[in-house]
Amino acid sequence: MIGPAAMDGVVAVVTAWLLLGIAGAVRPRQFGFVAHVLFPASAAVSLVLAGFAVGAIPAPPQVAILPLGLPGLPFHLRLDALSSFFLAILALASAGISIFGAGYFRTGAGTPPGIICLQYHLFLAAMALVLLADDAYVFMVSWELMALASFFLVTTNHRVPEIQHAGYLYLLVAHVGAIAILLAFGVLQADTGDYTFDNMRAQRLSPFAASAGFLLALFGFGAKAGLLPLHAWLPEAHPAAPSPVSALMSGVMLKTAIYGMLRVTFDLVDTPLWWWGVVALVLGLVTALFGVVFAAAQVDMKRLLAYSSIENIGLLVMGMGLAIVFHAYHMDSLAALALSAMLLHALNHALFKSLLFLGTGAVLHATQERNLGKLGGLLRYMPWVGWTTLAGVIASAGLPPSNGFVSEWLLLQSFLFTGGLPNPYLGMLVPLFAAGVALVAALAGYVMVKFFGVIFLGRPREERLAQAHDAGRLERLGLLWLTAGCVLIGIFPVPVLDLIDPILAALVGHGLAEGGRIGDWLVLAPVSAERASYSPIVFVIAALLLMGLAFVLVRKLFHGRIRRAAPWDCGFPLQTARMQDTAEGFGQPIRQIFEPFFRMKRELPSPFDSAPRYRVTVEDPLWHWLYLPIAWATERVSRFIGLLQRGRISMYLFYSFITLVALLFLTQA
Amino acid sequence: MSLEGIAAQAFSMVAALVLAPLLAGWVGQCRAWLQNRRAPPLLQPFRTLHKLFRKEAVMAHEASPLYRSAPYVVFACMLLAGMIIPTLSTNLPLAPAADAIALVGLFALARLFISLAAMDVGTAFGTLGARREMLIGFLAEPALLMVFFTASLLSSSTSLARIVESVSRQELTILPSLAFAGVAFTMVSLAENARIPVDNPATHLELTMIHEALVLEYSGRHLALLEWAATLKLFAYSCAGIALFFPWGVAHARDYVALALAVPVLVAKLAAGGFFLALIETTLAKMRIFRVPEFLATAFLLGVLALLVHILLGA
Repeated sequence: MIGPAAMDGVVAVVTAWLLLGIAGAVRPRQFGFVAHVLFPASAAVSLVLAGFAVGAIPAPPQVAILPLGLPGLPFHLRLDALSSFFLAILALASAGISIFGAGYFRTGAGTPPGIICLQYHLFLAAMALVLLADDAYVFMVSWELMALASFFLVTTNHRVPEIQHAGYLYLLVAHVGAIAILLAFGVLQADTGDYTFDNMRAQRLSPFAASAGFLLALFGFGAKAGLLPLHAWLPEAHPAAPSPVSALMSGVMLKTAIYGMLRVTFDLVDTPLWWWGVVALVLGLVTALFGVVFAAAQVDMKRLLAYSSIENIGLLVMGMGLAIVFHAYHMDSLAALALSAMLLHALNHALFKSLLFLGTGAVLHATQERNLGKLGGLLRYMPWVGWTTLAGVIASAGLPPSNGFVSEWLLLQSFLFTGGLPNPYLGMLVPLFAAGVALVAALAGYVMVKFFGVIFLGRPREERLAQAHDAGRLERLGLLWLTAGCVLIGIFPVPVLDLIDPILAALVGHGLAEGGRIGDWLVLAPVSAERASYSPIVFVIAALLLMGLAFVLVRKLFHGRIRRAAPWDCGFPLQTARMQDTAEGFGQPIRQIFEPFFRMKRELPSPFDSAPRYRVTVEDPLWHWLYLPIAWATERVSRFIGLLQRGRISMYLFYSFITLVALLFLTQA
Repeated sequence: MSLEGIAAQAFSMVAALVLAPLLAGWVGQCRAWLQNRRAPPLLQPFRTLHKLFRKEAVMAHEASPLYRSAPYVVFACMLLAGMIIPTLSTNLPLAPAADAIALVGLFALARLFISLAAMDVGTAFGTLGARREMLIGFLAEPALLMVFFTASLLSSSTSLARIVESVSRQELTILPSLAFAGVAFTMVSLAENARIPVDNPATHLELTMIHEALVLEYSGRHLALLEWAATLKLFAYSCAGIALFFPWGVAHARDYVALALAVPVLVAKLAAGGFFLALIETTLAKMRIFRVPEFLATAFLLGVLALLVHILLGA
């Protein structure tokens, strides 16, 4: 069995990643070596990690102490079910992303390939270490390493001013969040001075201290996850990075923040309070709705995906909030259901969002264009990218038979059967959140039709798109790997849920399987077969049979003749590709319906303009209401503090003297 | 899966395939009568389908495989929807494979494919239709889910067969939550089936059409499949309405007498429902497209209200 060796294996994998990174840094400009040796090797290492991580989920927790770091502060590592599951997410997604990256990174402006390789592998290793950490010290060191490595990756094209700006904003929010996490750990260790997670688990905190710890953690991890109102960096930073890095950030790095929330709420704090769940539910719903509405209004394909990631993070946090509510009321079988939906969705989102980001990367390479208004018709020129992206689109829209539907189905199920909550207001409130989830899921379908339709369907809006080339062999391999993940989990969800079961048992003390079976391989029935069941395999086979039957019967009874002609379009003779809906056009109904969400500026031409121009800019209102006032206040305060700096040594000695006197006075008292 | 189950499933499939165009024909007839016109024959939809199937399919040069496969996908989705809703019997082998949420997902999948196919040729009307269809969809889908949720809470199961069994076992009383849900469901069905006041299936005025704009480029067998799928969708929605709100007369397991009786009962209910639909379509006027979100938001709120009423009153 892999179980006992898993810890050694995972540490070896992290070491291998670091070595691969260093190998790249040794020969920064040897493009062929980096692309054709190091990145494929990295993908192979990811596969090894996937084996160890999946094997370790059902195994008992393992600890290790590495004699690294400061004297007296060794690295405590722990591999339990929760961290193994998130390591598996990291491994499965990064395997596809690395092999895609092998074909993706080109020589060109910006950071040399070898250095990108170093940063990329540092990023991977740091994420793995975050998941392994068993004391606040290792956690914070690897958390910072993760933030810095990804900062340098975001600013790969550091000569572009917008990218500099995006990187700066990212670094700023990451550090505000890191401070909050550090403070949360400070609260959780309860004045013992021992920052190991074992010690935090042993503490019995007062409700006030526990709540402070939870809220700080929610703030800190929320900043990394893109939870409202700390989301502003996400739609800037994710699109700025090279596409494989965007995929890693959206698909995996956001999940480390979710991991942190789960670790604090269900593991480090002994019992969560019910109102934490309500806070998480409200924040999650607001985030999800905001994310999906803004995604619908975007014209940049990578920004659209970044907002869609915000939406998915919102759904994950809602799942966590629901699990907290149930767990606080000791309704652990329902808590297990909500958590399983959430964990499965974390895995699914990692796969399909990575897939979509890689798809946009391939499109970006082929066309040099991120603006949806200048794309179109690429399915014809890039069939591999197009069809694999379609799989990601179906999953992201949460439609059967994809994996996205399974997790959404489970989430709705867990929202639906809330009968028996002791608090009647809560019992009334929770189904309303189900309505919110339903609305968000339906809007996600709108967003995804816009995304796929405008990029891949229709006619090319620019002449040069006809020269677009399909993805290379290694890139296809990466896309296919992630597509296979989306399809297989969609059709066979029960083995994956069986795998998740030990995590539920560890976090809420109740697995799904204990109350009955999750289902056999055929039918997924999480609570009981009477209550709800879904069988993707039967569903798919029935749909395919019906399709085949229709196809064969139509051919047999009638004919299969086809004539090609110009499109009819109600007989309008003059049609150009420019007459198709643009991304702005497709988003227009959403902008109109959800007008209060946006801060819009329209410039309309007058009827007499000789060169009429129409412009609409859609901005995030929170930027104006929250971020700019904070920036303004900070500037004011720092200017005031600046008054103290007089530049004369005697003044500074005077300040020291006053400080000394004040301290003496304080110690006296 | 027993032989008997397969037979029941095949029977429900044939029933859906035959009854769906008949229902569309019946609604057309009722509409004509109510509007003082001479009605087309009841079998007119079959004639139209036959005509379309025989015709050659004309396709744009730009059309991709997605465009060619979409009619089959949509047709299969709608047929499957008709097969998993317990219309004649609750003893369906496919019933555990898909519950109410999966049914909504199935409709959404069909909508995604038809919208993408409409965008595929790259004409102005195609993309306009796709955008409007998705606009209606994203509001109608959550409203429909709310209706199903209310029914699921009543019977504490999302399985359609269970819902039918538990609702049909109740006495003939009007539950307040179901009354709200019924209104919401009617509104959603009108929107989803491209009916007045949201869309006019008989329109050929380009600027107002939704469903017609989606299938504008299709011809021949592809159009036939899509039209058949549209009638199947109407049939599926009608059956879902019957299953949720008037489930009396549906046969339970191994009750062959009831099964034989269920067919005429279903036909009678569908006829009444079709007449009701024609009545709505005759008495209402079509809305402007930007009134539609308000209409559907009302349906959504009614659905949420139904859910709340159920939780508050327990009924």
